[in-house]
Amino acid sequence: MLFRYLFILLILLPIKVFALIEVDITRGNLNPLPVAVSPLDIDKNSKDNFKRILKKENLGSEISAIVENNLKQSGLFNPLNKEAFLQEPDIANLKPRFEDWNLIKAQALVTGKVTFIDEKLRVEFRLWDVLAGKEMMALAFTTVPSNWRRVGHIITDKVYERLTGEKGYFDTRIIYISEEGPKTDRIKKLAIMDQDGFNNKFLTLGNELVLTPRFSPTNQMVTYLSYFRNLPRVYLLDIETGKQEVVGDFPGMTFAPRFSPDGKKIIMSFAKDGNSDIYTMDLENRIVERISNHPSIDTSPSYSPDGKYITFNSDRSGYQQIYVMNSNGKNIKRISFGNGLYGTPVWSPRGDLIAFTKLHKGKFYIGVMRTDGTGERLLTENFYQEAPSWSPNGRVLIFYRESKTNSKGEGFSAKLWSIDLTGYNEKMVETETDASDPSWSSLLSN
Amino acid sequence: MNLNKILKNTFIILVVSLVLTACATKKTSTTSVSGQMQGDTYTGTDTVKELAKGVPDRVFFATNEIVLTTASRETLRKQAAWLRKNSDINVVVEGHADERGTREYNLALGERRANSAKDYLMTYGISSDRISVLSYGKERPVDSGSNPLSWSKNRRSVTVKAN
Repeated sequence: MLFRYLFILLILLPIKVFALIEVDITRGNLNPLPVAVSPLDIDKNSKDNFKRILKKENLGSEISAIVENNLKQSGLFNPLNKEAFLQEPDIANLKPRFEDWNLIKAQALVTGKVTFIDEKLRVEFRLWDVLAGKEMMALAFTTVPSNWRRVGHIITDKVYERLTGEKGYFDTRIIYISEEGPKTDRIKKLAIMDQDGFNNKFLTLGNELVLTPRFSPTNQMVTYLSYFRNLPRVYLLDIETGKQEVVGDFPGMTFAPRFSPDGKKIIMSFAKDGNSDIYTMDLENRIVERISNHPSIDTSPSYSPDGKYITFNSDRSGYQQIYVMNSNGKNIKRISFGNGLYGTPVWSPRGDLIAFTKLHKGKFYIGVMRTDGTGERLLTENFYQEAPSWSPNGRVLIFYRESKTNSKGEGFSAKLWSIDLTGYNEKMVETETDASDPSWSSLLSN
Repeated sequence: MNLNKILKNTFIILVVSLVLTACATKKTSTTSVSGQMQGDTYTGTDTVKELAKGVPDRVFFATNEIVLTTASRETLRKQAAWLRKNSDINVVVEGHADERGTREYNLALGERRANSAKDYLMTYGISSDRISVLSYGKERPVDSGSNPLSWSKNRRSVTVKAN
């Protein structure tokens, strides 16, 4: 079993206090909120036990470092330097001296404690409003020690949610394609990692070409395209058991798979005799339904979160454009009308936007538009980039970018990048190898 | 004098019409500096291999196109003639796209290009049972360059022996 569930056993003191601090995530945040993440307090016995099991010198500091990094990466928070902290972790967790934290300009403070109890890892943490001098939140939970990184992510999600009013996206994973070797003969493997790049694992060996993995909203399953035995078909993989099976075993290529929002169907393209149309397959009864029927290329389908609509890519007008139709294939409407070509539409989990790739005058853009095609906004421009995937809260997009080679055809690279919906906070996502086709999971603990 | 004037006028008209012709066809008939592209379709032989002696294995396409050029049709007729003579051989037509398009669309485009070549082979008497198609989209470029000439070499369909 690759991943263990995290059990939230106990919720302590859920005190509601009206927050004075609030972070607005709807605009580009040029003044990130100064926050102090105090190292989590740890007693000697617990410290020794965790050191024995996890080979970590001080698990309290390790977990707080995860929280700090997550908050920093979000671009909304500015974690303050620990060396400026005046209070020790144990006292800070019980009763912070707000004047001390105010002095170093912290507006929010995260404190906590980790303990080793019955072979388990117990964490409690608190979020404090420094200016108001009040506790905003206190939570505790227990899990297996090997889940220690997830503990850091869950704390971040809770802090993010309390301060922004929206769910976080830190206790999540990214499935992607790992790439190695020369551009003309790339070896591609299915790989998965935590949202912050840790716990990277390869799920295939690289013997066959694999492309476009996508997470199920239920998180156990992934659908992707594999060239196993040189037959490009859509596959389903259970990432917990490692069991995989072909689902798009049609008399031709099946590709561009995605799950329906309830995880019960896979929507994909089926190409035969030079024509690609959109089909669905019910995973329970294996019933196949044809959704689009047109001599042009219809591909890259993506459901709206309520399952009522499908956005897809078609060249029926002569060039690649974005369309929306009812989930039964009726009422087809073109929504992209700007200059250039449009591809890879993907519906936001919030339902209000469609992210896309655009090619215009030799440049590639990642952008968003409303679901009726109005309000087009381009977030980033580059030599080559495509395939945006939404964070589960619909605030961040992850995509991949390829570099231009030099005159000798050297210097090719493919990397994952992320950018906020606001167009700010664009950054490379570190991966062990070159990487492409990222897909963001939903929150693991809900 | 009169004749001279007429000749002069004729010359001017000729020059004007040449300029006009050049403008009208500029988009479709410009040959690249390297002489390896017609429009943006590759016409060189750098990457071309032989399916059999004197039978080129591949044909090239313009950007976003699946239309076979005159040269492509000639190549495919040679392939068909060879396949008719070697009726025990089956082939796979592999369809490819350049890197300047989204991955999923290019998979569909590669499939279209391969079928374009397959259909032409079939009109020259090759049974569809003997031809399978396989699209690689932009996954298997032959040239790793990021320039129009490299891209033109990668927009191709390649006929390979399956047995």
